[in-house]
Amino acid sequence: MKKLFGLLITFALGLVIILALDNTVNFPRFGEVNLSERISGLYLSETNVEEVGSANLVTSIVLGFRTFDTLGEVTVLFISSLGVAFILGGTKQKRLDLKFKPNFMLRVGSNILLVIILITSFYIILHGHLSPGGGFPGGAMIASSVLLLYLADDRFRSNIKGFKVLEGVAGSLFVVIGLLGLVFATAFFANYLPTGIIGNLLSAGIIPILYVLVGLKVGSEIAGIIDNFLTEEEEEIA
Amino acid sequence: MIFFDYLSIVVSVLLLVIAFFAINSKKLINSVLFLSALSMVAVVAFIIMRAPDVAITEAVIGSGLVTALFVFTLLSVKRRELK
Amino acid sequence: MIQYASIFLFVLGLYGLFINKNVIKLIVSLNVMEIGLFIFIISIGYVGDDALAPIISSTQDLALIYVDPLPQALVLTAIVIGVGTTALALALAKSIYNTYHTFDLDEMEESA
Repeated sequence: MKKLFGLLITFALGLVIILALDNTVNFPRFGEVNLSERISGLYLSETNVEEVGSANLVTSIVLGFRTFDTLGEVTVLFISSLGVAFILGGTKQKRLDLKFKPNFMLRVGSNILLVIILITSFYIILHGHLSPGGGFPGGAMIASSVLLLYLADDRFRSNIKGFKVLEGVAGSLFVVIGLLGLVFATAFFANYLPTGIIGNLLSAGIIPILYVLVGLKVGSEIAGIIDNFLTEEEEEIA
Repeated sequence: MIFFDYLSIVVSVLLLVIAFFAINSKKLINSVLFLSALSMVAVVAFIIMRAPDVAITEAVIGSGLVTALFVFTLLSVKRRELK
Repeated sequence: MIQYASIFLFVLGLYGLFINKNVIKLIVSLNVMEIGLFIFIISIGYVGDDALAPIISSTQDLALIYVDPLPQALVLTAIVIGVGTTALALALAKSIYNTYHTFDLDEMEESA
């Protein structure tokens, strides 16, 4: 009875949302949007694209027009990983041991697979301004390679101190590169390197450097979260 | 573009059905696996709407890492119950 | 069609928040809501069947034939925030289990 009532109320809410959004002036129908009326028309205009110099327009927004936004987003991710470490972390920690014992073939095979995953993730990060991808999915791929090592080797503990240092260095360099924009140009996170030809690997000024730093930071943060979930405090077991 | 029309209808129905199972299944691990499948169908929806960047990110994070985190939480709880 | 489905996905996640009493199921419902919201935001920027993905190649001139890249940029960062918040919620659920030895909200109230 309660379930039916909840279903009715929520579906009524959905109908209200659909009727409210149905082809009003501010909300055109699905697929009939005129981009020249929006602010995105400015991002798509020829002079702005030449100024940033990134072939992938999503990247040119994430790290060109809205870099400050990205800095805040990376900060939110840092705070959430700090919270996970605060709740789950402890002084004496041991690995959560899994039910199965990995054999020799699994360990060697996973090492070969690890190399392939790392090469793919660095390719995705480095070509973030040319093709789909970039620092966020590439960093998550780095973290998933750490996850693979954890699953394939039952004694593996990642070097969590090293990840913390890497994360701090990447985050500070991100801000320092932004501050250098105040010296060489006029604004925080201004693009002061030459942008080059659109479509080349060495183009778009500071965007590839920033994306590599974002990738390292996201990868080390998510790897730290995974490490926190796969360890537990020692004294409760004993 | 007729193909994309049919594909979008199929994807919409699949999204709703899988989300209903993810919310209403009795066992926790089934619910988590349906959430992973929902992420995978959402990737197809993103590709239909020409968003390759978002599709890659959702495929790596939504159906990979988030599922792994859920499963590890359930695993550690299972081990504690056995003791 | 996908836009309506995304709105109902959001509503279905809200329904899950209403009826479920299990902490893990609540986090799953929040994730369902999140996916619905992402699809809705992406669908705002869709400009029609003959649009292209927002990646310039040198052969095309820059007319307005690309889909809107701004919602995609926002969703790209929102997904990564989503994994952070989900991890934080799961860590809280784990510590709840360590205290009460159950995931169920009703049993928690009885044991308290």
